[in-house]
Amino acid sequence: MARLKGRGVAAVNYPTGMNLGGDPSQALIHATTTGSFVITLSSVDLGQGIKTVGAQIAAETLGVPYESVMIDTADTDTGPHCMGTFASRGTHRIGNAIMMAAKEAREVMMCVAATELEVDAGDLVTDGKGRIHVNGAPDKGIAVLDVALAAHFKHGKTISGRGMYLKPKSEVVPETGEMDPDSCQAHACTIAEVEVDDETGDVTVLKMTNAYEIGRAMNPALAHQQIVGGAWMGISHALYETTEPYYPNRAHGPLDFSEYLMPGPGDIAEMDSVIIERPSSNGPYGAKGIGEMTANSPIPAIANAIFDACGVRVTSMPITPEKILRGLDALRGNPN
Amino acid sequence: MKHSVVSLTINGAERQMLVAPGSTLIDVLRESQGLTGTRRGCEQGACGTCTVLVDGKTAMSCMLPVETIEGAHVETIEGLTPPQGLHPIQEAFLQGFATQCGFCTSGMIMVAAALLAKNPNPSREDVVRAISGNICRCTGYEAIIDAILDAAVRIRSAAHAEAA
Repeated sequence: MARLKGRGVAAVNYPTGMNLGGDPSQALIHATTTGSFVITLSSVDLGQGIKTVGAQIAAETLGVPYESVMIDTADTDTGPHCMGTFASRGTHRIGNAIMMAAKEAREVMMCVAATELEVDAGDLVTDGKGRIHVNGAPDKGIAVLDVALAAHFKHGKTISGRGMYLKPKSEVVPETGEMDPDSCQAHACTIAEVEVDDETGDVTVLKMTNAYEIGRAMNPALAHQQIVGGAWMGISHALYETTEPYYPNRAHGPLDFSEYLMPGPGDIAEMDSVIIERPSSNGPYGAKGIGEMTANSPIPAIANAIFDACGVRVTSMPITPEKILRGLDALRGNPN
Repeated sequence: MKHSVVSLTINGAERQMLVAPGSTLIDVLRESQGLTGTRRGCEQGACGTCTVLVDGKTAMSCMLPVETIEGAHVETIEGLTPPQGLHPIQEAFLQGFATQCGFCTSGMIMVAAALLAKNPNPSREDVVRAISGNICRCTGYEAIIDAILDAAVRIRSAAHAEAA
């Protein structure tokens, strides 16, 4: 009896967004009297970081500090329309809508600043720190706060913008099945190293090495988090998640989600990930979606590593000890 | 059955409360005490999200009838947080990006607090064992384990600086 080591590789191309009936998201932005900007969305941040990334995109486009952008999310009764956070679409769709809204608001902001400074709006730049000034003359400038005050109390203007990103519906060509299903594709590759116990059929994932090409990584720390969390879910799909018992005794099977088997802190693998940036042509600042793809390549990589370790090729998930032991029996010519 | 009066010390303050029979500690914390930092997860002792400290030991507050801990000292995430700034464990979680949706975070931090009070220099395995009763569905655990190890370093160096 032995613990057999193996290594497997798998790669994934993953679509960003979908367009089954047209795929829109909208954003509205306005400045408060204090020169903060509020972005109203119907999108939900459930931990993936759309609020953080949305505020980054708005701050970059407006030319104001990140801290002066507030994101007001997730009231689908009152907010502008969003299809939702799925299909790895959030950063791309909502990000594009925010960027468009921020561009419109920036135009008004620069116009008010130009009137206040008695210069041409085309000569003005933002310093990203809360001031607007004449290009090349930092002293001839005005704080964004004062621009907001002037807009509200002198000019009777709202520094606001509307953003809409729509991926139009793509009809399927009946003859070929051809269509345009997404906006861009992200790519990834995982190398998994596993150990298979040929007596118990138990698999331990020892290490996963990942490379991700996700356009522009808007927030590398958040992207890295998605990779690690997604790889964990990949391990979970590959080895654990089933309503069948982990060992073939019905009493060991899950009765509800609290007993549904997923890897715990003791089952995680050493993780080494790199991000490669090749900006997309249509994402905000070149971003693509990373959300769902992170659980993809780990699964076939683990299956391939198991094959490399013990010669058993399992083609259905999860790869439970029972499947491995049956496979080993078949390889040895033992009847099941 | 009648309501009863239970006395607890919650985050250092003595509290008396009228509780319905079978009320759990989390009911009291969240509903009558307004301490909503403790999260209600599975309500069957399987996820660890509702973990608080009872007399210094971790306890799942969803499983604990409050009448059975009369006189106990209870500490929640609100009690761990200093009046100014953050506790070193919170700081380590923040700096290490050890939270995504945040639902498991207060339970994880309370478990870490109990571990580090008992063992200021834990190994990675010690940390894994300590959080093995706590479920996280976002992070893949790696960042949480790293943050708790980082918190241990922060607390030790703060203690060292104080001694010197």
